[in-house]
Order: sequence, then structure tokens, then C-alpha cells
Amino acid sequence: MTDKSHDPNQMTGAAMIVRALIDHGVQHVFGYPGGAVLPIYDEIFQQSEVEHILVRHEQGAGHAAEGYARSTGKPGVVLVTSGPGATNMVTPLTDALMDSIPLVCITGQVPTHLIGNDAFQECDTVGITRPATKHNWLVRDVNDLARVLHEAFYVATTGRPGPVLVDVPKDVQFATGTYHPPRKSDVHISYTPRVKGDATQIRKAVAMLANAKRPVIYSGGGVINSGPEASKLLRQLVEATGFPITSTLMGLGAYPASGPNWLGMLGMHGTYEANMTMHDCDVMLCVGARFDDRITGRVDAFSPGSKKIHIDIDPSSINKNIRVDVPIIGDAGNVLGDLLQVFKAEAKKPDIKAWWQQIAQWRARNSLSYRKNNDIILPQYAIQRLFELTRGKDTYITTEVGQHQMWAAQFFGFEEPHRWMTSGGLGTMGYGLPAAVGVQVAHPDSLVIDIAGDASVQMTIQEMSTAVQFELPIKIFILNNQYMGMVRQWQQLLHGNRLSHSYSEALPDFVKLADAYGCVGLQATKPSDLDGAIKEMISIKRPVLFDCRVAALENCFPMIPSGKAHNEMLLPEEATDEATAKAFSGGKALV
Amino acid sequence: MNQPASAYFLEERHDPNETHTLSVLVQNEPGVLARVIGLFSGRGYNIESLTVSETESQKHLSRITIVTTGTPMVIQQIKHQLDRMIPVYRVVDMTLTGSSIERELAMVKVRGGGDHRVEALRLADAFRARVIDATTESFVFEITGNSSKISQFIDLMRPLGLVEVSRTGVAAITRGPEGM
Ligand SMILES: Cc1cc2nc3c(=O)[nH]c(=O)nc-3n(C[C@H](O)[C@H](O)[C@H](O)COP(=O)(O)OP(=O)(O)OC[C@H]3O[C@@H](n4cnc5c(N)ncnc54)[C@H](O)[C@@H]3O)c2cc1C
Ligand SMILES: Cc1ncc(C[n+]2csc(CCOP(=O)(O)OP(=O)(O)O)c2C)c(N)n1
Ligand SMILES: [Mg+2]
Repeated sequence: MTDKSHDPNQMTGAAMIVRALIDHGVQHVFGYPGGAVLPIYDEIFQQSEVEHILVRHEQGAGHAAEGYARSTGKPGVVLVTSGPGATNMVTPLTDALMDSIPLVCITGQVPTHLIGNDAFQECDTVGITRPATKHNWLVRDVNDLARVLHEAFYVATTGRPGPVLVDVPKDVQFATGTYHPPRKSDVHISYTPRVKGDATQIRKAVAMLANAKRPVIYSGGGVINSGPEASKLLRQLVEATGFPITSTLMGLGAYPASGPNWLGMLGMHGTYEANMTMHDCDVMLCVGARFDDRITGRVDAFSPGSKKIHIDIDPSSINKNIRVDVPIIGDAGNVLGDLLQVFKAEAKKPDIKAWWQQIAQWRARNSLSYRKNNDIILPQYAIQRLFELTRGKDTYITTEVGQHQMWAAQFFGFEEPHRWMTSGGLGTMGYGLPAAVGVQVAHPDSLVIDIAGDASVQMTIQEMSTAVQFELPIKIFILNNQYMGMVRQWQQLLHGNRLSHSYSEALPDFVKLADAYGCVGLQATKPSDLDGAIKEMISIKRPVLFDCRVAALENCFPMIPSGKAHNEMLLPEEATDEATAKAFSGGKALV
Repeated sequence: MNQPASAYFLEERHDPNETHTLSVLVQNEPGVLARVIGLFSGRGYNIESLTVSETESQKHLSRITIVTTGTPMVIQQIKHQLDRMIPVYRVVDMTLTGSSIERELAMVKVRGGGDHRVEALRLADAFRARVIDATTESFVFEITGNSSKISQFIDLMRPLGLVEVSRTGVAAITRGPEGM
């Protein structure tokens, strides 16, 4: 027998976990301890390469890791205990799966011989999280641990990114085995995501684009997933073709909001010009977006006259909701690079002057307009001021879910990718505050603002304590309308104005709450206070809870009622009670 | 369009359903079947029949055969969704190959005497079912064939004293020299 005691690759499972994190360049882990992960915490204690950020609830760790990942392009890493630690991660894992965010979650598990016995804090973690992850593993042998951890990082970050989970029983953490650094053979040979697009399909796409009379580019979160290079190429393609471009909620920032070809966001709360352009186009180039139901509205009336090109890394995104004519499977950046090259070599900018004239008419409807008010702060105005006063600063925005999220998407102009973190697919209230924590950890000197709602923010408010502990100067900008505004809006439009449980009764005093947490509380109640208060917020180098009292009953427009087509949008100036009732006809009795 | 108040577009599409048989080659590892079944239940796909067994033990490969129904778009989705699972090597739509052979095995227990017993034996012979267990008052038949033949046999046994049936589900393979 050889003497293994001096082999540096012999170590405990717990040590392997920390070692693997270091080998994958992980600098920060978001986590919460418990019995089933104590050996790993013991290893973390004895080193200084990986910094552990202690949250106040495991859900907070998950969303923080999401914010970290989305703002850096690196995977977010989470460490939680068995049982309740693992079940508290179900929401962020599902959120990350829906929004294609790379997460690596390590959970402790009861010792292998107790699995299945209803042991203390046991739950079937891999069973519960199977539909919430891209893949997950239960490691029963310490000698499998290194391989599984390396594969976990690979699966999370390649192809369509997503969350993965590795469940490690406590005896495996204590056991000694052999570690190896990452190597190719760690990965299932059955997992081979496609990166390069098919050349023939790309040629077909170019021919279609070159002959378009009424084209549009519809980009999405996949361009952000692909990395900054993809956004650069997207901009070059817009420049080379002269085409109008719109984006989903998840893709904001890939093309700059100040760019001349920008139509604004599309979809249910998108601009009139973006939705009309989509509806009437003859060629649609979809890059890294998934024809979500918030985009298509009624599918049989979705852009009925167009030929559709779809670039996506996941074949299952193609033809899922909408049939497309030219699918191109591959990485957005890679395919855009090839497409651009072929376009430049073989095609000319098509003449689409008439189309731009048409678009100008739609733009002139000014679909994001709202009545100005000198007495009450309108939420749209608050976002506009926040945008103006942070312009030119190194700013990252996260949001919660609701009307404030949509107003943020409509009124905050994003110039760069990876600056906008929002829960799109799952729509998780409580995402934004911990996500801001994660973003700030990754970008300690940047201005990180969570545009929040009064109801959402209470779902994960405890993470203020994390921000204070780790001196993370996040800014929580609450558009406080004292309602679950988005729910109330639907009740007004669709449920006969019966506002069932959507009033934010018994709200805490956010300024005092800030004080209790040891951060700074600010409040603005009048438009005339707003600029000063925002400037103050920006200048404070500590966490801030900003209670921005806004009009209680403002609703979010434009809006495509469900079951309607893109050209049946409800615009703000038209959203009278009568028009609304008509637009939502078929619904229950209306306002 | 009339739909009740909803955040979703509720109209269903009514493309005709098709039945497809899929062969799925997977890494035989814990949880792989749960993944496949979870995919079908989670996304609301139909499973008409599902069989699984290890086929190459050195390589830890298992072959799952699934018979499913859906619109052409749904069938395409099912294939893509299966294919993107990490332990899945290959998904082949046997129905599209146009040259697949499908077989199922059933064991059918029939109890009775007199004319019924004679008639059961006679039909079994016609269907090439074998007697694999017999008592003075019962038979167990083993029958192999495509699913409709087996269903037909079972229907015929019903009035003759059918007690119970155990079916394996469908296994499929393509004709000719090529593997999947
Ligand atoms: C209250 C509320 C209202 C909403 N209203 C709207 C709305 O009005 N408008 C709107 O747009 N959204 C809206 N959303 C968001 C919506 O639900 C979806 O999350 C969003 O539209 C999906 O964006 P996406 O299509 O860009 O896809 P994502 O979810 O970002 O998916 C990315 C796509 O790109 C692919 N991909 C991933 N990586 C790559 C790569 N490297 N290369 C190529 N492809 C890749 C993926 O396979 C996937 O198909 C709303 C959400 C909420 C909570
Ligand atoms: C965890 C969770 N529960 C419920 C919902 C449903 N929901 C969507 S928006 C919303 C209200 C949000 O209220 P608030 O945070 O005050 O934002 P506002 O719409 O008022 O801007 C609710 C309850 C959700 N998206 N997430
Ligand atoms: Mg609110």
C-alpha cells in the first residue's frame, strides 16, 4: 500500500468543497449554516480565499447569488443546510431556472445511512429540487465528490445557463477521499450544448434580412446570458442593417435605450411602437428570447404576416409557442458574429425609410405619457427623476415584482447589459432586495438600487441586516403606493373593482424600520422634495431605505389585455373606464 | 374573443393529436427515470406506455421506450425537452423512422370451466398465445405482439372469465442493420 498521508489530494469531503470553489475562481459564497453543513463551515473558517456572506434567510442567499451572477456573468454560489435550509432555496432555484441564471447550490444532507428514515432535518432535496434545477446530484461516495462539483459548475455555466444543486450527506463531508482539479472527463458525455450556428441557416437568415421591407429585431435575456460581446455584436448588427430593435424585460441594456433604433420594451406593458412594429413586421429576428406569453399575447394573432428567424441556444425554446421559419441553434454572440460577417459580405442595408416613417407615427402616440402632478409624486415621475439623477453614474438596478417593476423597465434607460436585475419568468416578490445585496458584493463601489414596492419589500426585508453587517451600501427605493398595485390593477380591470386583500394594511414605518436595522431611512412625500431626497440617498455611503410616497391609485399602461393582439393595446390616455371595460370585454363585470 | 378574467391567453389550439413512440438512450444513474417521468407530469404530456431497462451494463446505458400522444408541436417539444436532460444521450422518434417494430408482452389469467375453457384455449391458439400456467379451473396465457393485438386478445378473454392482466408496455426497435 502506498502512503497517502502526504498526498495533497487526499482530503475530507468538506475540504474538497472549499477546494473546488477555489479551483473554479469563486470569491464569494452566500449561505446560512446548520447541522448538516457544519464540516463545510469549519473549512470555510480556516481559509481566507472564499468569503462567506451570511444572509438572514436562505431565500435571500439564493436571490443574492442570482444578483451576483447576473451582474458579473459568473456563477452565484450558495451553501445551505439540509431540510428547511434546502426547502427555503426552492424559490430562488426556480427563479434562476426560469430566468436562465447560473447558480451552484450546495446543500448538506443527513448521513447516508439515515437517508429515508425521516431523520432530523431530512428532506428529499434532490427530489424536491429536480424540477427546480437544470440538474442535481446526491453524492453518496466522497470519491465522486470532486467530479460532481466540477460537473456542477460546468452544467450551470454552459449552454443555457441555470441553477444546479449538489446534495452532500454529512458523512461524505467527514470522509476522506481523493480530490482532483477540474478535467474534461468530469462531464457526462451526453451533455453537449451547441454553440456554433449552422452556416446554411445563417445564410438563409441573411437573405431574409436583406430583403426585408418591414423588419424588426426582438432581443432577449439570451443576449445578456451570452456575455458582453453578444451585446456589442447586436449593436453592430443594428448599425449595419439600420433595423428597429425592441427587447424583452430580460434583455434590457443589450441595446442602449438612448440608441436611435430603440423602440422600447415590448409585450404586455411594452410601448405602442414596439408592439405595433412586432405586429406589422414582415421579417422578425429573434435573438435569445423565448416568445413568452407576456410577449405574444394571443398566439394566433401574434405578428401574423412575418417570417421569423430565431437564434437560441436551447432547441426546446424553438417552436415552443410560436412556429418560426428559420431556427438557428447556437450561442447568441457566436451566431451574431457569423451572421454579421455574412451580412456585411453579401448584403446591403435594405431601404426601409417607409417603415421608419410608419414607426415614427406610432412613436408619436407617446404611449408612456402620464399626467403631470405638482402635489403628489407619480411613480413614473419618481423613476424618471431617479434615472436622471443617477445618469452617468456606475449604477445597477434590481427590482421587486409589480407595477414599480414595470415602471422601472419603462422609465429607467439602460445603456449597458448586466445592469438590470429583475425576476421576469417566475415574478418573485422579494427578489430585489437580496439581489441588490449580491450585486453590491460583486461591485462594492457601484451604486446599487432596488426599485421596490411596499408589499414586495416586506418579503425579504430581513436582508437589510446582511447589508448592514457587510457594509453594503444598497439603496432600497420603495415606490410606496400602499397597495399591491399590480394586483389591484387587475382587480380593477377584471374583477369588478372588488379590491380583495390587495391593500397594504398596517405598513411599517419604513424610516423607523431603517433606523432599527442600523441603516438610513429617508422619505419623500411631495414632488418638490424628491430630487433633494434622491441626491441625499445617493450621497450616503450606507444602506438606505427610501420611502417614496407615490400616488396610491396610479395604474400601469400601456397594457395589452390578455387574449388580445398587439394592435389592441390599451394606451394611457384611452384608459377611461368605458374603454377599459370594452377592452376587457368577456371578463367579469368591469369598473 | 371571450375568455374569463385571466392573466393568460386561455384559448387552446386544436391541432389533431398524433401517437409517437420514442426511444431514449440514457445514462443509467439514480433518479434518471424520475427525471423523465417528472418531465411528463410537470409539463402535462401524456404517457401511454413507458418501459425501461438497462441495455448495456458496462456502459451503464438504459433504454426507455415511451409511447405518447400530442399535437405535432407538443411532440417536438417533448423530444427537445428529453434531449436537453443531462443524462440523455439520444432521443429517436421511432414513428418518424417509418421502420420500427413494436412489441409488448402480456400475461393474461382466465378462470372458468366447460365451453369457456375450450373457447379460451382455441382463441389463444389463434393468437399464438402460450399457456404458461394451468390449473383445473384456470390458465395463464403469455402473449406477445403489438399493443392492439394484445388489447384485442384481452377483450376476447373478458366474457370467458378474465381475472387479471399484466402488461410490460411497449418496446421498440428499428428494422435493418443500423442502431440508434
Ligand atoms: C409583472 C410582470 C410583467 C411582465 N411584463 C412583461 C412585458 O410587458 N414585457 C416583457 O418583455 N416581459 C414581461 N415580463 C417578463 C416575462 O414574464 C418573461 O420573463 C420575459 O419576457 C422573458 O424574456 P426573454 O424572452 O428574453 O427570455 P429569457 O427568460 O431571458 O430566456 C432567454 C432565452 O434565451 C436563450 N438563451 C440563453 N442563453 C443563450 C445564449 N448564450 N445564446 C442564445 N440564446 C440563449 C434561452 O434558451 C431562452 O430561450 C413580465 C414579468 C412580470 C413579473
Ligand atoms: C411571492 C409572490 N407572491 C405573490 C405574487 C403576486 N403579485 C404580483 S405583483 C403583487 C403586488 C406587488 O405589490 P408591491 O410590491 O407593493 O408593488 P406595486 O405593484 O404596488 O408596485 C403580487 C401580490 C408574486 N408575484 N410573488
Ligand atoms: Mg405597492
